[in-house]
Amino acid sequence: MNLLDTVFKGGRSPSSVTRNYWPILIYATLCAMAFLTLVPIVWMVLTAFKSAPEVAANPPTWWPREWHPENFVAAWNFAPFGRYLMNSMVMVGGITILQTVTSALAAYAFARLKFRGRDLLFLLYLGTLMIPPQVTVIPQFILIKELGWVDTYQGLIIPQAFTAFGVFLLRQFFLTIPRELEDAARIDGATRFGCFWRIILPLSGPAMATLAVFAFLFHWNNLLWPLVVSNSDATVPIVVGLRNFQGQYGTDWNLLMAAAAIATIPTVIVYLLAQRWFVRGITMSGFGGR
Amino acid sequence: MAGNTGRRGGVKSSRDREGLAAGLFLLPNLIGFLIFTAIPVGAAFALAFYDYDLLLGASFAGLENFREIFTEDEVFRAALFNTVYFTLVSVPLSVVLGLATAMLVNQALRGVVAFRSIFLLPYVTVTVALSLVWKWIYLPDVGLINSALGIVGLEGPAWLTSSTWAMPGLIIMSVWKGFGYNMVLFLAGLQGIPEHLYDAAKVDGATSWRRFLHVTIPLLSPTTFFVVVISVISSFQVFDQALVMTGGGPGTSTTTLVLYIYQKGFQSFDMGYAAAVALVLFAAIFVFTVVQFIFQRRWVTYD
Repeated sequence: MNLLDTVFKGGRSPSSVTRNYWPILIYATLCAMAFLTLVPIVWMVLTAFKSAPEVAANPPTWWPREWHPENFVAAWNFAPFGRYLMNSMVMVGGITILQTVTSALAAYAFARLKFRGRDLLFLLYLGTLMIPPQVTVIPQFILIKELGWVDTYQGLIIPQAFTAFGVFLLRQFFLTIPRELEDAARIDGATRFGCFWRIILPLSGPAMATLAVFAFLFHWNNLLWPLVVSNSDATVPIVVGLRNFQGQYGTDWNLLMAAAAIATIPTVIVYLLAQRWFVRGITMSGFGGR
Repeated sequence: MAGNTGRRGGVKSSRDREGLAAGLFLLPNLIGFLIFTAIPVGAAFALAFYDYDLLLGASFAGLENFREIFTEDEVFRAALFNTVYFTLVSVPLSVVLGLATAMLVNQALRGVVAFRSIFLLPYVTVTVALSLVWKWIYLPDVGLINSALGIVGLEGPAWLTSSTWAMPGLIIMSVWKGFGYNMVLFLAGLQGIPEHLYDAAKVDGATSWRRFLHVTIPLLSPTTFFVVVISVISSFQVFDQALVMTGGGPGTSTTTLVLYIYQKGFQSFDMGYAAAVALVLFAAIFVFTVVQFIFQRRWVTYD
């Protein structure tokens, strides 16, 4: 027995005396990797609690000598982080809801209804998935400028709210729901919308959650579009606010880390609560959440 | 309102109704999709042939933008080089690390699920925030890395302020942030390999190394192909880290293509030119992807 046996199909091969060492080795490797993965994140949080002189100390200290939770208050007051957070929530909430609802409706048409040009239209949807968002960001910006939507919520939300990605993901799922369920309801006189509303949607909770969690995490994190659209505190979401904050208070690392931690908390919470769906989203599509 | 469509309509009218219903279901998404995705895609192609300044307006420029990009533009050349450099180093690293991690967390060991969550955590954490953290970590004097190197008696480089080390710094951060994503994809691939193939190979006396080479690797090759394609596409699009950590500097040593598109389009307002650079980026991704699809026949096994 060697390490590979354990690593490739661990725990399933017949055990022997020597083999028992390998799990320990694997745990050790995993712990070392987890340490390296977590250090920057833990570092961010610990630094956020340090005093300014301690942050500048050389060599750096791990554990804060004195805890300064008031750093969070100071960072919060230096820039309108409450406003930024709210902007992020409105933006991401709007995008997520619109994306999920409109994608579900369209996906139903693609999965279940027959209409002329369906396959061609679906191909067009798929085709745009291959085009990087940076290609469309310039015409999109010119468009919202013409519409007078620069620095508005609708400018942040609407252009991001109708994705081919969501349609693709939900269509894949709808196709797995047995057609017979719907046929039976049709025979009983249900309308198309009735079928969608009372049969497809209730069975699609996991798929909708997958899309919603994906959209939330992607758009909370997304920098380029809000950077281009928002230019006042009235619309700036937290990622952009954080970037501007860095420019203005570039040397106060403790405050910067406190602000970074504030920006990160919502995504970490959503991820920890909903990682099952997030992981499903990755394995089902392999794409990002756009 | 759409009342009793069910049994009552004849064949023809029920088909018409289906078309109408489809239209209604599609409408909300389709309108938005056409206005904010499909048309901008077309416009992006057109825009590349214009001299379009937000303040000065547009004039047709033909191939002038492309001529300038390929013959005169030193920054573009640097951005292309940097993006390729970033891709060629970060993709192999994050693919190998992703696979290795997936194999480790594919163990029937207690608590292994927690490790999976940890490894994916940087991927979901806000990139701008993490870029700030890493900027701190890379500080030459008080930063974490050089302090750690100092303990073992090494003197670390100036990292983000050195034109040699800024790009490696960006790459390390990006691999750290992204390998968990590849891990998830590889994990799904590993779990799709039927156990009986390993048993059969074992009965035939294959060593574990041979089972890895002749069972795992070939059966995982479609996943690997997919992971490589996705990783290349996303590394061609690297932006947030470069903008926040280095702003493209020092000099142009970490200016990536997307950062350059942003600078040209939204800082110099030279939008036609930026659109042309974006098209070149798209073409590069497209060619890279097509080439990988052509070469996949050599190494990807489907059953």
